[in-house]
Order: sequence, then structure tokens, then C-alpha cells
Amino acid sequence: MAGLKDYEPVAGPQVIEELRFIAEKTQGLQVQNINSTAVGGGVAEILNRMVPLLQELGVNARWDVIKGGERFFKVTKKFHNALHGKNEDIQPDDFTAFLETGEANRRTMELGGDVIFVHDPQPITLIQEKEQKKAKWLWRCHIDVSNPDQKVWSFLRPFIDRYDGSVFSAPAFSQELPIRQFLIPPSIDPLSDKNKELSESVIGEVLNRFGLDPEKPMVTQISRFDYLKDPLGVIDAFEMVQRRVDCQLVLAGGEATDDPESTEVLMKVRDRASANPDIHVLAIPSGSDIEINALQRASSVVVQKSIKEGFGLTVSEALWKGRPTVASAVGGITLQITHKYSGLLCHSIEGAAHAIKQLLQNPDYGKKLGENGREHIRQNFLLTRHLRDYLLLFLSLFHEGDVIHL
Amino acid sequence: MEHETKQPKAPEPFRFRTQVHLRELTGLKAKNIKELLYHVKTVPGSVIYHHTHHFLQQHQFLSPEPPNDFAYWVTEALNETKLGERLASINICDFSSIRAIRDQIAGIIENYLSSSKGSLKEANEGEEFHLMKSVSFVFPTPYAASTLEEFRNALKKISIHSLYFHIFEARLRLESSSNDFTSWFELIGENELARKMLKLDPYTHTMERLREKLIRFIEDRLSKIAKSESTTGVLPSEKRES
Repeated sequence: MAGLKDYEPVAGPQVIEELRFIAEKTQGLQVQNINSTAVGGGVAEILNRMVPLLQELGVNARWDVIKGGERFFKVTKKFHNALHGKNEDIQPDDFTAFLETGEANRRTMELGGDVIFVHDPQPITLIQEKEQKKAKWLWRCHIDVSNPDQKVWSFLRPFIDRYDGSVFSAPAFSQELPIRQFLIPPSIDPLSDKNKELSESVIGEVLNRFGLDPEKPMVTQISRFDYLKDPLGVIDAFEMVQRRVDCQLVLAGGEATDDPESTEVLMKVRDRASANPDIHVLAIPSGSDIEINALQRASSVVVQKSIKEGFGLTVSEALWKGRPTVASAVGGITLQITHKYSGLLCHSIEGAAHAIKQLLQNPDYGKKLGENGREHIRQNFLLTRHLRDYLLLFLSLFHEGDVIHL
Repeated sequence: MEHETKQPKAPEPFRFRTQVHLRELTGLKAKNIKELLYHVKTVPGSVIYHHTHHFLQQHQFLSPEPPNDFAYWVTEALNETKLGERLASINICDFSSIRAIRDQIAGIIENYLSSSKGSLKEANEGEEFHLMKSVSFVFPTPYAASTLEEFRNALKKISIHSLYFHIFEARLRLESSSNDFTSWFELIGENELARKMLKLDPYTHTMERLREKLIRFIEDRLSKIAKSESTTGVLPSEKRES
């Protein structure tokens, strides 16, 4: 696995040097990360890289996963959707099931260290251990809660309010809270299998394996099969484009273990796409990182037409590969794409279709947008920036004031 | 080839420090100009500082003259181009305190509100202005300089955050009209360099460009010193240099 030194050529030696300076002040700090899944989804992906790098920097970081049954994850999926503003039928026994699993984890999970860093709502009730554990408690919200369902939000609020600090991915997600709120966007790992450079032959082999035509312009959306990612809307937009430009569409994604809804969505997407031979629906096992990487690199246009988005790391991935990108102006996507500068933003199916067509027909324009996008990601959304923010976050828990002299 | 010159030596070396920021959200937002004005007048100074300065570091490769967030939002989200232009034209370099910048921004918005008769434009949902601040962490770097040559060498190595700290942060947070580099040039008797540095409007350069320019100023000065030494053996005076 890549070490810090390996990031120097990509991020710049000064960035790594700076990280080491800051880390001198966090030596030996014990940080326990807690989330609900070890694989699948952006949170697990980030922790997978973040924890070893924090350790290399001298932070005593660990990562634990709470346990939950199917019932619990069904409820947390509903919570997830409701926090994104979707109408969900949530019954009192859903809240009970959530609390019961929380209680079971509280009893069995070993908690400790200087900082307990809880990710997302699933493990949020662990805060009830606050009196017993002399640690600083942080709640890291990876979800777009700009317009949350009030029933779920007000259920979670008493838990949130007890934390020492919270972290959000985009400014629009912040709420008026009695605790400190930090803005830390997530990041991509430029050296991971999903983002590293690939040879033409590897890319060609992947296209071949999935039966894709290397000569035909490819429009791609990479994401879980989830209503919030609007795969059906992508198909509608693609078919509008297809009337003018000969091209193919790839909808590729895996299933997250905490997401039972994806099977249902995948079925609907397959059904909708069945009559169009240029639409390729690829359900690939999670962890197929080289494949995802190759599909993104082979794309003429990458799309992320989400209805809601926690952050939208697939956009960072596409931009990092210099791909012309069309994405909805939601959640953290607007932090990544400046319209007409580093990609094109859209607000509707028609808008997406128009933008895709524009990029397919003007490859030079697309190339320029892609180059700007890559530079923007280099400066702001690589793992090294994220690591720095986390170190600063930990330090800020132990220092007062707006200017801290280390 | 670099060689030993009789450069003025500082009594104390200049120690380069650097600074990084962590952004902290306030949960406050504005959806029209009136709400923005209210917040501009009441939020802590660190919020005003953030919205007038973070562009410099975050988007420093985008354009040499980044707008402040207020100007950007008023123009892009509210489509109030006239007000946006006025806010964008505030020369932050002219102010030595956050309080003064705040007053200027509030004054411009107030004037605009009192002269415009139209109804208030509202930002679309999701495009509100979110107020936030920066928490700054200042720490030493291993770089220090006792002579101009050492200073130039360090300038080549420090991060843009360090450069930013000594030029922008020192000036505003410490409420001084000068900056750290200017003060040090004065300390070692390099008044001409100090004058050049002070004259430079750092807000109209990208950070990398600023670095290049500073290095060039110093190199010009160093070659003058070297030239003068080789002909007269005497350091050129400030008067002759200008």
C-alpha cells in the first residue's frame, strides 16, 4: 500500500512536508473511527486509506465497524433517504429498531482514546457513552442534510447536540447547531486502483470484457443503483443525445452492504434499458476498482446526474482523470465543478442531454474543461488535503480561538 | 553560480512560518441582500476575513484577481451585477483591518439598497450564501534566512501557505499596513526592496506569480550588489540603486 512519500510526485513535496510538521503536534493521539460498513460506499473507501496514513504520521488511529442486522440497515437506509429530503414512510418501530441496535453496539463495542470519530447516523447513539469515556466526540456527517426530513432530523438532534463537534462535506449542509461545525470535503486517493494511471491495454481489456465498442463515444455514469443517483433520468437524457450523436451509455455500479434498495433499482434500470442495445448496465462487484477506473478513462463524457449527493466523489474521480464531466448542481458537486470552467452543471434531464451533446460534439472544449477540473482536484480534493484537515480538526478540539500557534 | 557577497546580515534571522486553515461553518445563511447585510454587520471578523481571502489560496490558480465571495454570490446567485461589480472592485489592499473591510462592504450594500427601488431578488433554493470562518494554525517551518541570498533560497522552497502567511495574514490579522517581508527588508537596511514589496499589490497576483516576482526583485538586488563589489568593492547605496 502506498506510503506518504509516494504522494510527493502527485501532490507536491511541500504538501507532504507540511503534513509532517502538523503531525508533530498530533503524535500518539488516539483516534477511534466508527462507521457501519467495512466495504462499499465512499466512507469505507476513505477510511481504508486514511487510517494507515494517519498511522504513518504518528496518529494512533483505529477503525471499528458497528454490527447490525437486515432490519437495522433497512431503517438506516430509510433515514438516509429521509435526510436527503425524500419522503419515507417511517414508523415508530423503525426508531425503536434503530435504538435497539445502537444499544447493542454500545454494550459490546470497545470505545476509547482521545478522539472518538463517529461517521454518519448509523452509529450516532454511541454518544450515550460520553459520560463514561473521557474523549472528545466528533460526528462526521457524509450526507447532504441541507433539507432533511424533520421527523428523522429531530430524532437525531439530541444525539448530535451532545457531540463536541461536527463535520460536514459542503457549506449547504450546515444547520444552526449548538456545537462547532467544521467543513471538510472528502477526497480521492490518486494512487488507489480506482484513480491511478492505467495503460491503454488494461483499458482495452476492460472494454472488451464488458462488450463495449472502443470506437463508439462512451457516456458513463458510475454509481450505486439508487434512486437518488437518477439512473433512469440518465437513460432519458442519453436517448435524447442518441438521436443526434451515435454513442453508447454505460451505467456501472456495485452494491453497498448497507443498501438493500439497490437490487430493486437495478431491476428497474435493466428493464428500462432492455430495448436499447447501446445501453450497458453493469452491476459489478464492489472492489472492481481497476474496472471503474478503466471505464472512466475510456469515457468521452462522464455523467453524475444525482438528485441529491453527499459529496459526489465520482465527480472528483472523473475530473482527476481529465474527463469532460456533466453533473447535477447538487450537494458537494458545486464545490468541484465551476460551470463552464471545470465541467458543465445541469438541473434537469433536458439540461443534462444538452450538455452531454455539447461535449461530445466539441471535444476540444471538453478537453479544456477536463484539464481545469484535474487541476482543481489536485489543489483541493486529494487525500493529502483531507489528511491535513483531519489533523487540524483533531488539534482544534484541544485549542481555543481562531488563531492557533503551534 | 552563487557566491559569497558582502550582503547586509540581519541581527536576527528571518524565520519563515506557515499557516493552514480549517474552515468552520456558522450555520448562518442569507438568501437576499438584506439578509447578507445583516450578517456582514454582525458576524465575527474571522467570517469577513474568510470570505474576502480564502479565494486567494483555494482558487489561486484560477485567476490572478479573484473576487471576494460576497461579490461572486451577488453576481452569480442573485444576478445583481451592478452591486456585484462594486463589491468586486473593493481593493482589499487599501485596508489594514478587517473592521475597515467590513464597513466598506456594508456601506456599499446599504447604498445600493437605498438607491434601488426594485424588490429584493431571492437566491434559488440551494444557492444561498453560507457564512463561514477560518481557524488558522500558525507553525514554524525549518527555513530561516540571515542574508538576502538565504532569503531568496528559502523563498524558492516554502509552500504558498507560508508565503500567504507572511504577506496577507500578517498585514490584516495583525492590523499593520506593512507585511513581514517588508519589515525584514527594512531591518537589514534594504529599503529599496522594502519599498518595492510594499508597492506590490499582492491581491492581483496568483501566489506562484507573487513568489516569482519577489525572487526576481531579490535577484536583481543581489546582482547589483555583486556587480558593485566586483568594480568598487563597495556596497551600492540605496540612492544609487533607485
